[in-house]
Amino acid sequence: MEISFINLELSNVLFLFFVGFVGGLVSGFIGSGGAFVLTPAMMSMGVPAIMAVASNMCHKFPKALIGSMKRAKYGQVDLKLGIVLGISAEAGVLYGATIQTQIKETFGDVGSNLYVSMVFVVVLAVVGGYVLRDAIKIYKSGSTDGTAKTTKLALWVQSVNIPGTMMYFPSIKAKISVLFTIPIGFLTGMLAATIAVGGFIGVPAMMYVLGVPALMASATELVIAFIMGMGGTIKYAIAGYVDIRLAMVILAGSLFGIQLGAIGTTYVKDYTVKIVMGVIMMLVLISRGLMVPVYLSKMGYLEEWWGMGTLSESTIQFLDQTSYIMLIFALGVGAVIILYALISGYIKHAKEQATANS
Amino acid sequence: MESKTNAVIITVLLGVMSATCYYLLYHFNEQILEWSKQGGWYFIVPISIAFLFSAVHGGFTGHFWDLLGVKAKTTKK
Repeated sequence: MEISFINLELSNVLFLFFVGFVGGLVSGFIGSGGAFVLTPAMMSMGVPAIMAVASNMCHKFPKALIGSMKRAKYGQVDLKLGIVLGISAEAGVLYGATIQTQIKETFGDVGSNLYVSMVFVVVLAVVGGYVLRDAIKIYKSGSTDGTAKTTKLALWVQSVNIPGTMMYFPSIKAKISVLFTIPIGFLTGMLAATIAVGGFIGVPAMMYVLGVPALMASATELVIAFIMGMGGTIKYAIAGYVDIRLAMVILAGSLFGIQLGAIGTTYVKDYTVKIVMGVIMMLVLISRGLMVPVYLSKMGYLEEWWGMGTLSESTIQFLDQTSYIMLIFALGVGAVIILYALISGYIKHAKEQATANS
Repeated sequence: MESKTNAVIITVLLGVMSATCYYLLYHFNEQILEWSKQGGWYFIVPISIAFLFSAVHGGFTGHFWDLLGVKAKTTKK
């Protein structure tokens, strides 16, 4: 493929800066986010898909680096767990990318898009639904510290002792066999290679399978994102696909955002992370779900399976646009919840301090 | 008061450095893209730029919010 770079227009620069900021805000808070809007946004500007993915990754790893350093200052990062999961996730990404290529070769572009959307819908419905349900349950329970009980699965994982494989992780305050962490990291990476948002899997896996508190899981995810993002960027940069201008424009906005998102985590209770994550996942689910009939129609399955004929061009266009708007909406809603939590937490803290001083 | 002045000086300095980095990227973008697209060992070009920008601009953005009074909650764990 001949590599050519697009001309950057001011409106595109401003748009990427803004989306970068909002994406940074969300990832500073929940450990990931932004990629699902940024990649299609760059593609709509005429950037080829592979370059959009590469440039997005190239902004992700420096952003994750700054975010994880900031959150480490607040004592929220389990560096050891992040590195252990990150390395196995990197292996998963490489394997996942191979599967992705095979699917593309076998079923073509539309088939591959259908596969990605289906994986998105299933994963987000199961995992996102669980996260949101859990958050609502904690909220309703009125738990003062806002933390959840460790799941039965996590308690079991923590109780298994396999000599020679045990490793102590500060976030869990227990020893866990790496025979559990390696497959979790690998699966996270594999799914990240497919849906491009590893945090949607990594954070819930840390919370519910390993028993890591939500705030620490989302902070540790930034370490994983750094390792995966840097590995991915090197891979794409060796092939010459990174448009560093796009990556740095997004980074300009996202570093403002990630600092703010990280600060926000110090004012909220543990379950707020789950609420933001669950809500975003549900909205992204709707967005991806809207595209499933489009791909089914293009593959001829609507006709073949249900005798419904094919969708008209205008319907396809409508679903496509609604799906994209829904992605932006998902990111926006996440940002609003975070800002609200940050501002209300800030005011409450200021009042408490004023009372204490007087 | 003095520490506040220092904070302003550091923030402005980092801001100027960050703006300079972006100006240089804009000014030499053709040459940089020419190197990037060659791939191979030239992967070092975008990776180094990313690290440099994250250090400079990351430092600036951190100080920027701090200066505006947007700080993390201070409670000892």
